[in-house]
Amino acid sequence: MKEKEIDLAVVGSGPAGLSAAIEAAKYGASVEIIDENALPGGQLFKQIHKFFGSKEHYAGVRGYDIGRKLLDEAENLKVDIRLNTIAFGVFNKNKIGLFDQKSILVSKPKKIIIATGASENPLAFPGWTLPGVMGAGAVQTMINIHRVLPGRKVLMVGAGNVGLIVSYQLLQAGADVVAIVEAMPKIGGYFVHAAKVLRIGVLILTSHTIIEAKGDKEVESATIAALDQNLNPIKGSEKELEVDLICIAIGLRPEADLCRMLNCEFTYIPFLGGHVPIHNEDMETTTPGVYVAGDVSGIEEASVAMEEGRIAGISAAESLGYISSEEAEKEKMKCKERLKAFRIGPFGSPRQEGKNKIFEEYKRRVKNVK
Amino acid sequence: MLNEEAILNKIKVSPGYPSKERFLKGPVAVIECPEEIPCNPCEEACPFGAIKVGEPITNIPMLIEDKCVGCGKCISACPGLAIFLVNINYSEKEAAISLPYEFFPLPNVGDEVDVLNREGKFICKGKVIKVIEGEDHTWIITILIPKEFFEVARGIKPLKGGVFFGKKENYMSL
Amino acid sequence: MRIVDHPILGKLKERKKVFIEVDGRKIEAYEGEPIAAALLAAGVRVFRYTSKEKEPRGLFCAIGRCTDCVMIVDGIPNVRTCVTSVRDGMKIETQKGLGKWRK
Repeated sequence: MKEKEIDLAVVGSGPAGLSAAIEAAKYGASVEIIDENALPGGQLFKQIHKFFGSKEHYAGVRGYDIGRKLLDEAENLKVDIRLNTIAFGVFNKNKIGLFDQKSILVSKPKKIIIATGASENPLAFPGWTLPGVMGAGAVQTMINIHRVLPGRKVLMVGAGNVGLIVSYQLLQAGADVVAIVEAMPKIGGYFVHAAKVLRIGVLILTSHTIIEAKGDKEVESATIAALDQNLNPIKGSEKELEVDLICIAIGLRPEADLCRMLNCEFTYIPFLGGHVPIHNEDMETTTPGVYVAGDVSGIEEASVAMEEGRIAGISAAESLGYISSEEAEKEKMKCKERLKAFRIGPFGSPRQEGKNKIFEEYKRRVKNVK
Repeated sequence: MLNEEAILNKIKVSPGYPSKERFLKGPVAVIECPEEIPCNPCEEACPFGAIKVGEPITNIPMLIEDKCVGCGKCISACPGLAIFLVNINYSEKEAAISLPYEFFPLPNVGDEVDVLNREGKFICKGKVIKVIEGEDHTWIITILIPKEFFEVARGIKPLKGGVFFGKKENYMSL
Repeated sequence: MRIVDHPILGKLKERKKVFIEVDGRKIEAYEGEPIAAALLAAGVRVFRYTSKEKEPRGLFCAIGRCTDCVMIVDGIPNVRTCVTSVRDGMKIETQKGLGKWRK
């Protein structure tokens, strides 16, 4: 079994992982990124819309172009990206087992950054197993990466940013979005994302949900109903919609199994996706030498993932001795300042509250905190 | 919140909405971005400094209407596709609205299209007078509508008969 | 259904085509794409049937996590079609239940 020693292993080549690897490599660390997918970039290459934020966050640039820029930067810094390689386990506290479809390798990194992102929440209802019921992320991959339309008439379940954006992208791909249903009385996503689909005739029904998917072997129709204040379906409000694709976009949760294997402690923050690995503002978890960044540390967005990745990369480089504490502090401060802009306002402040709770938990559980 | 009246009221009180006087002076940008979200490319895009976001970048964009010359550069710079250009005095009876568009097939100059309000309801027919590609695959379509709809005309019903799909026989053999 | 033109992504680029066999039928696919994408493009959405209730299942997460998309590929059952690439001449079968290993 091949063993490889390395300064820093980054698991996940999305915006957080790439940004982390770029920072650490800039300061001279030997970095390897591991990704189970055939293509790097995480969710970036499926994002065909223009990003928000400021210039430092590539505002106005489409997701796939941001992915390209980050990849080029990582390649220029000679960061090794192992694709089609799954980090399947952790052994002896700091050895990571890797399987690259052919053989097993063991990576022995001095520091680890987990940037494995998130997975979608499922929604169970009668008929939910019928072919034609898919996660919104699944549909987005099919239409934007593989250029395949999995259905012509769509019901979108969930009006957060994912539901609204994927609905818009389905329309661009030639599908007909019959309706978007949102269980809460208000949409969860940005006004501007909703406005884009409303003004071309898409119906958004708040306080509504799907109660059944029907079809012989595949989805042929969906029954939706209105909900009362206790989120119970109102009898008599049922409507049947002729759809062949039902998209579930009801939220994401961190994919943090590797953190569990590394004995990281967790806390439960509903607003950030549920169980999140506890970390400090430098993105280090309760297990020394193990860092997290991006959605795995709490569901936010790509621009936040990039900044958290940068902070984790700088922190890892600092603890490896490649950058002085003073310079590290200065660089981390710049990232933390930019992060602030994403955690204020009606959408951002609940996330700041969630992160504050995580930082407090860290202080409570880790003795001798700097 | 999702009806035309509620949406329009929310937009009208935001600092990105021009005054009635400014509308009457000539083409002007209308920024329909009434929420505090972290985003400021509109500020960078305007060559005349007519859009201000400042810090923090969650500030709602403000239109400095005297500086706006109606060039329309902001329309395709906005990632949220939330900026429109309104020329209320295009002609005696018509107003011209320029809006961002990212669907195929694109309408042709001279086409008659169904014009929708912010809720997606049909309000009138419009004539396409300009179709130009703005920044990075965001097209800008200018339509002529009866003047009285200048405040509500914001959408074009997507056209059918696109060039989307390959023929079925290309990938299914029986 | 294949999206041959798109306002943001442009025209579908010419890529090498391969032929895969699905339950005896030849289907065209693009080299290197996941099996699930080729099947969906051809309008095939039922990938397997469950053991007990014989219920149809297909693509759900597309990220290799849920295993709802598994089929028998070149005689090997329980292959996740969303993370496995097509190969010219690949034989794919609708899986019934847990599938059988071909000797």
